[in-house]
Amino acid sequence: MNRIENAFKNKPIFMPYFPLGYPNLETSIDVIEALAKNGADLIEVGLSFSDPLADGPVIQQATQVALENGITIKKCLGAVKELRKRDVTIPLILMGYYNPMLAYGLEKFVRDAKDAGADGFIIPDLPAEESAEFENILNAGRVDGDALSPSYRKVPEGGDLPLIRMLAPTSSAERMEKVARNAKGFIYLVSVTGITGERKAIAEGLSDLIAKVRKHTDIPVCVGFGIGTPEQAKEVGAMADGVIVGTACVRTIGSSKNPVEVAKEFAAEFNSALRGSKNNA
Amino acid sequence: MTILNPKFGKYGGQFVPETLMPALIELEEAFVKSKTDVEFQKEFNKLMATFVGRPTPLTYAKRLSEKLGGAQIYLKREDLAHTGAHKINNALGQALLVKRMGKKRIVAETGAGQHGVASATAAALLGLECVVYMGSVDIARQEPNVFRMKLLGAEVKPVNSGTKTLKDAINEAIRDWVTNVRDTHYLLGSALGPHPYPTIVREFQSVIGTEAREQIMMEVGRLPDTVIACVGGGSNAIGVFSGFVDDESVELIGVEAGGSGIDSGKHAARFGDATKARVGVIHGTQTYVLQDADGQIAETHSVSAGLDYAAVGPEHAMLRDNERAFYTSATDVEALDAFHTLCHTEGIIPALESSHAVAEVIKRASRMRKDQVILVNLSGRGDKDLNTVIKELGD
Repeated sequence: MNRIENAFKNKPIFMPYFPLGYPNLETSIDVIEALAKNGADLIEVGLSFSDPLADGPVIQQATQVALENGITIKKCLGAVKELRKRDVTIPLILMGYYNPMLAYGLEKFVRDAKDAGADGFIIPDLPAEESAEFENILNAGRVDGDALSPSYRKVPEGGDLPLIRMLAPTSSAERMEKVARNAKGFIYLVSVTGITGERKAIAEGLSDLIAKVRKHTDIPVCVGFGIGTPEQAKEVGAMADGVIVGTACVRTIGSSKNPVEVAKEFAAEFNSALRGSKNNA
Repeated sequence: MTILNPKFGKYGGQFVPETLMPALIELEEAFVKSKTDVEFQKEFNKLMATFVGRPTPLTYAKRLSEKLGGAQIYLKREDLAHTGAHKINNALGQALLVKRMGKKRIVAETGAGQHGVASATAAALLGLECVVYMGSVDIARQEPNVFRMKLLGAEVKPVNSGTKTLKDAINEAIRDWVTNVRDTHYLLGSALGPHPYPTIVREFQSVIGTEAREQIMMEVGRLPDTVIACVGGGSNAIGVFSGFVDDESVELIGVEAGGSGIDSGKHAARFGDATKARVGVIHGTQTYVLQDADGQIAETHSVSAGLDYAAVGPEHAMLRDNERAFYTSATDVEALDAFHTLCHTEGIIPALESSHAVAEVIKRASRMRKDQVILVNLSGRGDKDLNTVIKELGD
């Protein structure tokens, strides 16, 4: 059983997002370790990009600080390796925009990410229409074309790391079917039409939306965007297999004087809210 | 599956969050339908004639041609289109699509302010709500256009993130669009962004090339030897090129912003700087992008806000790869010189963007024979740039 499947044994799971390099690289590694060891079931490890068009002001600002501190994909992969050394055993999913990965080299990126101990990828600007090239690389050992054709190439061992597919409230039934088919790991369901950031209330119609997605897939459905409090997480956790918390995590931990301590409390609080919702459901 | 081909060779595509994919599909459907919709075409053509003032004239630049002593130079006068630039062609076309799609609100990005003014104008004409995102650096250097947008009833939202220029205005416009996608259309002003935008923008700007081809045939009885246009995202260039791309004898030249010079690193020459420009993905499209070694988008510089952008439209990337078009650059200094030259020799104040194209004309006309013909797209007028030019004169 791989780490992602293992993480979903106890549902609903808590999935915080935190960008490496914020407020600085060393602290971000400590924060992710603290989250992992105090209640996070899976962590979205943020890779920074200069133009994060799906993100609200909090994550924009945090990733900007990370870039100003000189964060790179190479340093991020080193950090993942370090987290594994510190006995972080939960899945670490790399979340970032496509261009820095292209610049790093897709095949090298996939290989190095696997070697570092990452478990998968979330790329918000890579919808199903454009994901073939990346997914082909993830398909370990696959060979495109025969040895005599110009398109022949041996794909490096990409392992079975998944590219997590995303769905949104605007996705039609037809798209849901297409995107959910062959999805691996879990589905990342965006709960609101919008960018990342906390909202006052959970989106109306979320339970219908989750039900629609479940018609097309048996893998876990996790909900993100707009969830900021343990109460909201509990509400969503009663419907979904996992709850993704980004902005609130970055804001709460990033603005504190003692980020590691706050990270511990943050993870524990959300974990207990969620496991509670399971029992109540 | 898209209806139309989303790629230009290996460039283009739809690199956007899932939330926006349905809107792109809807937009493509509306656009495809409009192409065979007689009513739509009638309405668009009527607005082009009675509101924009098309066809825009083709002007023989007699004194400039004589001064340079080589090729005969003709100016396609998009500066005479209503609102002062070619941007209105696309803004009105897309605004009509918005009406067909039943949306009530448009968001737009703007660099020089010309697309913002065109969008605000189209919104006022057709009764749409309009929000324009503009980098605060650009707001400072294109103040007259900010006032015009407000007069036309648009809300201008300053963007203070990142480099505070066009790139960041596009980020903010996309964020607004993602949030309000159900009732909002993103009226993208250049031949970039995710499919179907580059195709739609080319289609609505192709009127420039179609008219220019007819006009030059009438005027000189043959095709031009060279067609020159400035290239930021590349909408005016793709518009005029589209009229000649099938005529193999016609040389197509795009002029990027050379800023303080390629070697200075302060420029927006995506095709001109092999150390910083690589194929990448920005704002939904795969194309040449100025970026650092880690794939972070580079800061750009140009005296003209409209060319100050790190990526180029994907169709230009294809035209460059297959050598159908050639791309060069003009520095800030060369563009300003060309600006003054055109003012003095022809009595036309060009936009600083268009001045880059004129700068290339000045470089090349004297090396050509007198029986040769250059057509240059004068994409906009320079009233908006007076503050910048006065400041440059003072320095």
